[in-house]
Amino acid sequence: MTPAIAVELTGITKRFPGVIANDDVHIRVAEGEIHAVVGENGAGKSTLMKILYGMLVPDEGQMTVAGDEVSFSSPGEAIDRGIGMVHQHFMLADNLTVLENVILGAEPKRRGAIDVAAARSSLEELGASYGLDIHPDDMVETLEVGERQRVEIIKVLYRGAKILILDEPTAVLVPQEVEELFRNLRELKAQGHTIIFIDHKLTEVLEIADTITVLRAGRTVTTVDAGDVTAQELAELMIGGDLPSPSTATHQIDDHVTLALAGVSVIGEDEREALSEVDLAIHRGEILGVAGVEGNGQGELIEAILGLRPLAGGSLIFNGEDIGQWAVRRRRESGIGYVPEDRHRRGLLLDAPLWENAMLGHQTVEPFAKGSLIDRSGARNATESIVDRFDVRTPGIDITARALSGGNQQKLVIGREIAADPLLLIAAHPTRGIDVGAQAAVWEELRRVRAEGLSVLLVSADLHELIGLADRLVVMLGGRIVAELNPADTTPRLLGSHMTGADVDDGGSPA
Amino acid sequence: MTARRVVMALAAPVSAFAFSVLISSAVLVAVGTNPIDAWAEMLSFGMRLETLVETSNRATPLYLAGIAVAIGFRMNLFNIGVEGQYTIAALLAASAGAAMTLPAPLHILVIIIVAMLVGSLFSGVAGYLKVTRGVHEVISTIMLNAIAWAMVGYLMRTWLADPNDTTLNLKTREIAESGRFPNLNGLLQTFTRDIKGGRELGGFIIVAAVVGIVFHLYLTRTRSGYDLRITGLNPFAAEASGVDPKATVIRAMLLSGAVAGLIGLPEILGDDFKYDLSFTKGLGFAGIAVALIGRNHPAGIAVGALLFGWLDSAAPILDVRGDAPREIVSILQGVVVLSAVVAYEVVSRVRQAQEARDTAIATAVPQPAGDDRADAGVDQ
Repeated sequence: MTPAIAVELTGITKRFPGVIANDDVHIRVAEGEIHAVVGENGAGKSTLMKILYGMLVPDEGQMTVAGDEVSFSSPGEAIDRGIGMVHQHFMLADNLTVLENVILGAEPKRRGAIDVAAARSSLEELGASYGLDIHPDDMVETLEVGERQRVEIIKVLYRGAKILILDEPTAVLVPQEVEELFRNLRELKAQGHTIIFIDHKLTEVLEIADTITVLRAGRTVTTVDAGDVTAQELAELMIGGDLPSPSTATHQIDDHVTLALAGVSVIGEDEREALSEVDLAIHRGEILGVAGVEGNGQGELIEAILGLRPLAGGSLIFNGEDIGQWAVRRRRESGIGYVPEDRHRRGLLLDAPLWENAMLGHQTVEPFAKGSLIDRSGARNATESIVDRFDVRTPGIDITARALSGGNQQKLVIGREIAADPLLLIAAHPTRGIDVGAQAAVWEELRRVRAEGLSVLLVSADLHELIGLADRLVVMLGGRIVAELNPADTTPRLLGSHMTGADVDDGGSPA
Repeated sequence: MTARRVVMALAAPVSAFAFSVLISSAVLVAVGTNPIDAWAEMLSFGMRLETLVETSNRATPLYLAGIAVAIGFRMNLFNIGVEGQYTIAALLAASAGAAMTLPAPLHILVIIIVAMLVGSLFSGVAGYLKVTRGVHEVISTIMLNAIAWAMVGYLMRTWLADPNDTTLNLKTREIAESGRFPNLNGLLQTFTRDIKGGRELGGFIIVAAVVGIVFHLYLTRTRSGYDLRITGLNPFAAEASGVDPKATVIRAMLLSGAVAGLIGLPEILGDDFKYDLSFTKGLGFAGIAVALIGRNHPAGIAVGALLFGWLDSAAPILDVRGDAPREIVSILQGVVVLSAVVAYEVVSRVRQAQEARDTAIATAVPQPAGDDRADAGVDQ
């Protein structure tokens, strides 16, 4: 018996200036299944889900929900049709209780006042029937990440959603929380809910999903049953012909250590130790890949090397000098390049012209500065050559960075860091959110500069990128380095199990 | 492209001003006055040479106040304390100037330096509190305003007031001739007729213009100015690029206070030669409005300061002729500020959308027009 179709999207196309995010996408989700949508960063998954949830209006294509053709112009309309979305970044008010957060905007009323008793009982009922463990009177600010996510899920269920969209729900969770989430999802499925699950972690997808739709560069590649594919096949579907293969070109990794960390500890934003006694060495001409579930200390590692976060212990030796107490500027001037994970937050001045963006991080050195003055013509010439050399598609260097597409912004950021001729390049998620063409260009560039003797610290969530590019891999978990691997004999699955701590916890198996 | 940019740059202030005139006209109609008569009266009075001289004299301190506020605004620091900084700086500079006799240019220079130092020190307190204790500068500068006023009252009563003065209007001793800033009447009158009514064109406008030019060059041509500007645009990116956020806060506050210290000097050096109880108040707050109108750009601030100065100078005729209450000008000024802020936002969004569209078009075609890079986009 074929189950009824819960949601069907046909020929969905969505264009943004300079980018086609979705290009004739087809997806069909059966009622009561867990349907994963996978693809690399920038493949168009989030755009597609925002369209389904009414946050974006598609340029072309049809949507049907339970057989009826629909078009949503706001999330409110999607909610009315029983579609709910749990966002990657939670949308909760910290200083309200769980109960208040859940009913916010959908308060049950009795004679003009909020019917707290009714709200409480329906909340408890929801929690009990789906096995979602929550306490209605807890303040949200006191909750752990996994608990907050449960509140988000209950919020959606409370509004009567039968179809739940979860946008990369595991990105923020620790392994135990992932298990708990999967248990909740299976319970929801057992009770007849349909779940659309966006992810790019293949082991997780294979574990939880019934059906998997693969997107690549804004297009549907295929839809497969989870039982019929392996992680490797899925990876090839996601990456297509552009699967980066371990470089066979000869390159020099010599004994010279560019950067050495010894026993580095760092206190994180939450006052707890975010890095614990990390030892690390990067050699000249080496790409060192750092794998790990997001939030396991990779960000703090980068901040410690750059000087954005003070060391709580240990030492940093860069090119033979102890830079542990140096200011950020001195470190950057001495040859540390930085491609930030979030280019809008740390890498660009969106409202400034390209040439002022090209000097960001290099504003104290030639060709951008002359003494204590800005060298405008030098800066402009240097920008022109970055734009040329790294194929940044732009009508000129006086337009603002905001006007460029994501891929071109990223090429500008990477271009300016490489053009500055650093000794060490810190590249955090260098291909996140950019299209496949730009991605290949970035990979090519990283390989090229490695051949010239540059050391690269590559932090990425894209396991294929790590395996394909890195000369050596380390895995971070809970602020520690828990494994060191040779990419030549590593699979995404093996890497994934290290990342979740499956075989490093003493004896205990979380799965 | 450049023509369009000029149009875009002018669109916001012009439409904001037109809108404000419209609103104030509606108010005039509502109170039973013919707005056209009132505006015509103001316009003809406002074009007299004496009114224009007055406009320049009023615009000079407003311009300095606008620049002082803008230095903070450019890096998202809200120096609300310009008011207190210029008041205390004016008192101490006037007292210092009266206490010494030096050759003419040197005497003026010392008074200017004292004023800038006092302004800096006072705003520096707010900067220090922000970087060491995390006190928000809005809170600390507002409180420092109150402290400044209290200090002025205390210092006047105890030490600085002229002991030989018998009037109730407490004042400091007068600055000697060598410390007075020359007026520009001679220069102006070679081009125009004689200025009547004993009015003088204050020479301090030259200092104000120099400050504006230096401010512009500092922001656009120096590394330090670039650091300050990018901290305002994106503090996280600035920090990652090597800008020390604490040092930049301190530097911006000190610079803002130094310029704030100059605000009272046109009056002290060019008009009164002393600080007394009738010393002009409110210029620091007016500076916030002027900076908003001018979008924190030295040229825009000049337009804002001249507009406010002209409205203030031309408004009294309304009372004299009885066409309309002069307070209508305050309404006009308020509406200008509000609508300028709105208009700038609208224009900036239009420009962003247009730029994104232009870029998409220019990069989508294989050979962008007017682009001589042969390899651009050929593989599309």
